[in-house]
Amino acid sequence: MTQPQMESIADKTGAEPIIVAKNVEKWYDNNFHVLKGVSLTVNKGEVVVVMGPSGSGKSTFIRTFNALEPYQKGSIEIDGIQLTHDLKNIDAIRREVGMVFQQFNLFPHLTVLQNVTLAPIWVRRWSKAKAEEIAMQLLERVGILNQASKFPGQLSGGQQQRVAIARALAMQPKIMLFDEPTSALDPEMVREVLDVMRTLANSGITMVCVTHEVGFAREVADRVVLMADGMLVEEATPAEFFNNPKEERSKKFLSQILH
Amino acid sequence: MTTDTPVFVGPPTRQISPWAWAHKNLFSNWLNTLLTIVSVLILGWVVIGLSTWIFSQAQWAVIRDNFRLFLVGRYPVQALWRVWASLGLIVAMGGISWGILARNIRLLDRRGLLLLGILAATVVIVLALLTDPRSIALSLGMLVLLVVLAFVGQRLGQAYPPLGTWLPLGWLVGFLIAYALVRGLIGGGQPVKLDDLSGLLLTLLTAIVSIVVSFPFGVLLALGRRSELPVVRWLSIAYIELVRGLPLVTILFAAQLLVPLVLPTGIRPERVMRAIVGLTLFSAAYLAENVRGGLQSVPRGQVEAAKALGLNPVLNTSLIVLPQALKAVIPTIVGQFISLFKDTSLLAIVGLTELLGMGQSILANPQYIGKNAEVYAFIGLIYWICCYAMSIASQRLEKQLGVTHR
Repeated sequence: MTQPQMESIADKTGAEPIIVAKNVEKWYDNNFHVLKGVSLTVNKGEVVVVMGPSGSGKSTFIRTFNALEPYQKGSIEIDGIQLTHDLKNIDAIRREVGMVFQQFNLFPHLTVLQNVTLAPIWVRRWSKAKAEEIAMQLLERVGILNQASKFPGQLSGGQQQRVAIARALAMQPKIMLFDEPTSALDPEMVREVLDVMRTLANSGITMVCVTHEVGFAREVADRVVLMADGMLVEEATPAEFFNNPKEERSKKFLSQILH
Repeated sequence: MTTDTPVFVGPPTRQISPWAWAHKNLFSNWLNTLLTIVSVLILGWVVIGLSTWIFSQAQWAVIRDNFRLFLVGRYPVQALWRVWASLGLIVAMGGISWGILARNIRLLDRRGLLLLGILAATVVIVLALLTDPRSIALSLGMLVLLVVLAFVGQRLGQAYPPLGTWLPLGWLVGFLIAYALVRGLIGGGQPVKLDDLSGLLLTLLTAIVSIVVSFPFGVLLALGRRSELPVVRWLSIAYIELVRGLPLVTILFAAQLLVPLVLPTGIRPERVMRAIVGLTLFSAAYLAENVRGGLQSVPRGQVEAAKALGLNPVLNTSLIVLPQALKAVIPTIVGQFISLFKDTSLLAIVGLTELLGMGQSILANPQYIGKNAEVYAFIGLIYWICCYAMSIASQRLEKQLGVTHR
């Protein structure tokens, strides 16, 4: 139970922190204690991969960063803005934080292009022409340019997830959150989504990914974090974490996923 | 060895001879055979009985003599051109909308032909009952106008797809103009008082106004019932549950008899207006529950995705949740509108001479005593034509939306 007090290793590098979560605690409505004091600091441009068994609270934890999940104790600061119940702050934070969901959650009644331009037009108040120009660039980047006028239901899962990434990027966020982005995909489509995420990681944007993709974590992550039972168990570089885990819980988890 | 050109294999086509089909579906075993024979006998008995009555026994003079009364009631004859103009406007809008909605599908598919067939049959009935050559020409002209404008609308819709989103607004404006024309508020001449309207004209007016007003009201109630503000939620629930617990007839009686007692003598809304308010308040409560069903069918992930993009609750509801929710409940909403249309016949009970009330007052004329079957059959036919047209239009709307969604 020393984890809440554990100093994040990122704090010592002198880099500029963009996400600072301190002792975050959350109970669900049925009094289930899902987050038991989790602290994490993420620096600008860093790629952090959060791993852990299901039910460990990792998705819940990253969903507190853009206020999709309220928390009851502790504090979270995103890009210098304190995340409180103040709706103004929540709106400001959501503009800076993009999110990609396990189930894509594209808007089925809008075309691919409309999905991507919706928030820039209505939230950022860009002109339609500007929003569409940027949307087309993004769709080209994720390789969906020729599908722009289709509806989400006409695309494969991998294509939908790439549109979802473009949609989040269209708001030009400083931080991207990925909540198990490949878990709902057929195996042959995982790669195309990971390729997009890899390119994105190299572009210098701050990323926090909940994923079970060990290859992706090894190759792209600056840091790997292991959560279990609502607590942060271990925090290390990918090399250290996968080759030489310190905690017993990490060893057990890795033995289960690395066969 | 493989070839470069793949061989396309279509599904096997199954040709069944009519004899084989009949054997398989109608006479496969002795029970089926028996059922087939009995059904054919009953069907034949009904058809023969009905056609004998329609073509040789029934005396349609009561319909022919009172045709104008049924349709426009006691509307001033010299101002009838206003009704024709309104009808022309609505037919024109209907044609163009039909074309725009069907811009991506064949215009005269099975449903389109069915709708056109019903309209043509209606016109034929009208022609059989009309004697005035000018009215005959105008009726035929309306049918031609509808078809021609449907094709024009299709071209327009293909050239400017965004036109589709303007249709609801276009209809609202169209109805306001048609209403103003019928009331004599525009186009010169003496205005016609609301309470002086009767016949099918009054039925259509009450139904359309109630439908148009109850729709937004019902949507707001549905949203209110799901609101996070307790007072809004409680008021919405109280309203919906109170109204749903009352029979429509009581509400209509209250509107006609109680409202004048409660309001000060100076303010006395017209009787038709009171009836429309009663229908609207009643319909909105049911509509709210239908819309709520649609709201519940929108996955939570949709709301979360919109929130994560920074959309505020108003944008979230109007751009993401409502469009999906309403699309999911088009069939139930149209069903609600159809029953609202038929419910307008209850106005006859509270003393308004809409279509049914007009039929009753014609039957009260000593000259036409005992012609109940003819009059009620005719009224039933008119209701059926209107309701079935609404049903087909909703299927068309669903199909159009289905093409673009999922």
